[in-house]
Amino acid sequence: MTITEVGRSRLRKEDAHLITGRSRYTDNITLPGMLHLAMVRSPFAHAKITSIDASAAKSSPGVVAVLTGADVAAEQGSLPNAWPITPDQKAPAHPAIAVDAVAFAGEVVACIIARSAAAARDAVELVDVSYEELPVVLDLEEALKDEVLAHPDLGTNKSATWIFDSGEAGTGKPISEALNGAEVLIERTFYQQRLIPAFMEPRSTLVDPTGEQITVWSATQIPHILRLMLALTLGIPESKVRVIAPDVGGGFGGKLQVTPEEAITVLAARHTGKPCKYTETRSESLMAAHHGRAQVQKVKLAATKDGIVTGLDVHLLADMGAYLGLVTSGVPILGAFMYNSIYKFPAYRFECTNLFTNKAWTDAYRGAGRPEATFAIERLMDELAVELGMDPLELREKNWIKHEEFPFTTVAGLEYDSGNYEAATAKALELFGYDELRAEQVRRREANDPVQLGIGISTFTEMCGLAPSRVLGALSYAAGGWEHAQVRVLPTGNIEVVTGSSAHGQGHETAWSQLVADRLGVPFENVEVLHGDTQTSQRGLDTYGSRSLTVGGMAVLAAADKVIEKAKVVAAHMMEASEEDIEFTDGKFSVKGTDQSTALGEIAFAVFSAHNLPDGFEPNLDSNATFDPQNFSFPHGTHLAAMEVDTETGQVTIRKYVCVDDVGVVVNPLIVEGQVHGGLAQGIAQALYEEAVHDDAGTLVTGSFVDYLVPSAPDLPHFTTARTETPSTTNQLGAKGVGEAGTIASTPAIVNGVLDAVRHLGVKDIKMPCTPSRVWAALEEAKTTGGVQ
Amino acid sequence: MASSKTITVEVDDVSYTDDVEPRLLLVQYLRERLGKTGTLIGCDTTNCGACTVHLDGVSVKSCTMFAVQADGHNVTTIEGLARDGKLAPLQQAFHQCHALQCGFCTPGMIMQSASLLTENPHPTEQEIRDGLEGNLCRCTGYQNIVAAVQAAADGTVSSDSTVSADSDESETAGVA
Repeated sequence: MTITEVGRSRLRKEDAHLITGRSRYTDNITLPGMLHLAMVRSPFAHAKITSIDASAAKSSPGVVAVLTGADVAAEQGSLPNAWPITPDQKAPAHPAIAVDAVAFAGEVVACIIARSAAAARDAVELVDVSYEELPVVLDLEEALKDEVLAHPDLGTNKSATWIFDSGEAGTGKPISEALNGAEVLIERTFYQQRLIPAFMEPRSTLVDPTGEQITVWSATQIPHILRLMLALTLGIPESKVRVIAPDVGGGFGGKLQVTPEEAITVLAARHTGKPCKYTETRSESLMAAHHGRAQVQKVKLAATKDGIVTGLDVHLLADMGAYLGLVTSGVPILGAFMYNSIYKFPAYRFECTNLFTNKAWTDAYRGAGRPEATFAIERLMDELAVELGMDPLELREKNWIKHEEFPFTTVAGLEYDSGNYEAATAKALELFGYDELRAEQVRRREANDPVQLGIGISTFTEMCGLAPSRVLGALSYAAGGWEHAQVRVLPTGNIEVVTGSSAHGQGHETAWSQLVADRLGVPFENVEVLHGDTQTSQRGLDTYGSRSLTVGGMAVLAAADKVIEKAKVVAAHMMEASEEDIEFTDGKFSVKGTDQSTALGEIAFAVFSAHNLPDGFEPNLDSNATFDPQNFSFPHGTHLAAMEVDTETGQVTIRKYVCVDDVGVVVNPLIVEGQVHGGLAQGIAQALYEEAVHDDAGTLVTGSFVDYLVPSAPDLPHFTTARTETPSTTNQLGAKGVGEAGTIASTPAIVNGVLDAVRHLGVKDIKMPCTPSRVWAALEEAKTTGGVQ
Repeated sequence: MASSKTITVEVDDVSYTDDVEPRLLLVQYLRERLGKTGTLIGCDTTNCGACTVHLDGVSVKSCTMFAVQADGHNVTTIEGLARDGKLAPLQQAFHQCHALQCGFCTPGMIMQSASLLTENPHPTEQEIRDGLEGNLCRCTGYQNIVAAVQAAADGTVSSDSTVSADSDESETAGVA
């Protein structure tokens, strides 16, 4: 096989329709007789619903029907949580339309069905809902006290407590050994603020109930999981549901959900017998689509005086919000295995308490658990370096796994197959100009420059390629982690690749074409990739957790290999040779030691016509494969940020950002770089700009893009990106995954850099996002407290 | 329904005359009445710019205008940008520089970029970033969008289907 495609910066096949306005996002689709939905949402974060009078809404012009929770109570079921992390996990019932009570502001209490979107929205105002307000619990520390309950009927705000202990697991020493009598103990509390995924395309669902099957178009990352879950939740035979994810405008975990709105649109279509469409407004999206992060991390790091880390103890409070969504409860667990990061300390304990509050529920957001873990350990390494007066990079190097030590079993029990932290760091330092910037930092400090310079470091790793099914089973996740693919050979020799990994901006059509073009020796242009429709792609587990290439891509390669094996039989027959003598290279089957050969395309037509095939040969080259990974993959990298802080205004500027990522073998460098850029933007946004803020009553204050500060172009710098390449040994391609790397690495790099700029002025910590007002306040506070610990 | 008003608007070189509700937004008129779904809606506060079109050659956010305000005017959407089956240089540049991922911000981003280049044909990187401040993208981190606008301004847009067989140099160097 000649490799001509893998490693090549192919421009994307996906672009043509998107740059010309021929897009097919769900809200662009219109069906005959289609009705429009609008949701009536609770303005209160916690209340009993005492009555609903929808009569005025029902008689409003254009309104066809109004559905309340009571109307659909018998059929709406309870929305799914697929990750009961403990056998005794507590979870409230989660009706799509609230029936008796609401537990967060924005929860749906009724649905208007009308002939136009405008008529539906007009009628929202006319639904008279009487509420009896209940006290709200919003803060995690308060929730822990169980004085005010988010769901009084549960009797507690605690959903579950989950513990990993390296002493008990046999993966290391007990944490008590490290903490008792530690030469140095760093104790900190970090706040992972609540974030909103804020995909650009608002969620939209269109349901066509006509015919024998219900067809659901939805702006989702997970058409296959959605099909299964809608069937189970609403009691529809799975075979009667078809889900299509057409063009999907970003997800970042935010569309990894089975939403109330999707279920309601199905119910509305079933009630009216007509196609129904719901598209949320941006304010609804910010208020009611699931949020992310929202954790309090109480951490203790033990070390020797010469900087050898001996143990880490993590106590986590994780905000579930009001309900458990699809994987809400498991997000902290995904982080549990990553707190030790690239370091090889001997003792680790993690305890997480999942708590309910009266806010929108949280769930996966880019990185899901791993950014939080990486932030904590990378902040702690900087704190330890300060405590010991060591260079933060030198401290990290003292503790990280050396490249010759792989494979390495970590204190959290994972086997890291490969990595080279030295190489990535060396490259990053070179691109960054570390020594020069440190010298400038000294100069500015000495000169008392109002604009101070800081250097932020983050050396990270993550677990990607979710996930080995057995591991998921051991963690009580309800499903597996395999992926499916089909490679179809058309009579012309053109290839159709069907993937279960449904893309929403990642460029699978291009990358999968490259994979198959190499493997089958066919032109890139002759490969078509189909995805996102459960009728063409019957099996799949969709796109999240940087899994597409390392799991889905491997299924594609395995299916292509099966095509070659089948075609080989026909090739031998056509050329009157023995199968053992047939070789396949660059799209041609040849007979060893002769100049006889036949192309895959010729075999494709011979199989199609089926006139002269070997006895018993099934006339079909199409092949299926399902790949279940045996291990995760572990991308890593070194990110360096030069941060300028104006000590007079608190303004923070990113002067330089360098990242060197090792994501293993790369199929398309252009796409990989794009993923890194976008990931960086979201991680930086957590560090500097974004936070979902609620008032004391539990109302979202940052309810529009006026207040929820998604960064725009001038808010971000030019990134210098580079790669090192240590192939993964956990899949045949050597790929590791790149979707979340930038987000995971950049947040601690930025915050470490901000603190490094002002630490000498007495500032010890700044809560994220490090806004000018927070930075300024921290500087002022340091002045009044004398700035010394 | 409130009383309707008759408007005549030229959109992508075709003249349309329609009765519209006074409260109908231009973007709703484009999408719902004319089927111009290439123009997208990403927010309801004029922050995201996904709905950006040109009104008489100047970029406007079509969610911030009523359709009746476009009466007698000329509107160009992303669907009218390509001419004679040939992509506009900015469209080609967005493709070539991998300036889009999910594509949702792309129509607005391209229309705003076009307006920016009309006003300032040779912008600096900072001028491009400032000029695109009203358009949000959640996928790209803007770097490749800035590069695309720069490429269109510099006239370095080609019609090749790959950047180059070996683009590692430009990858690792982080070109502007």
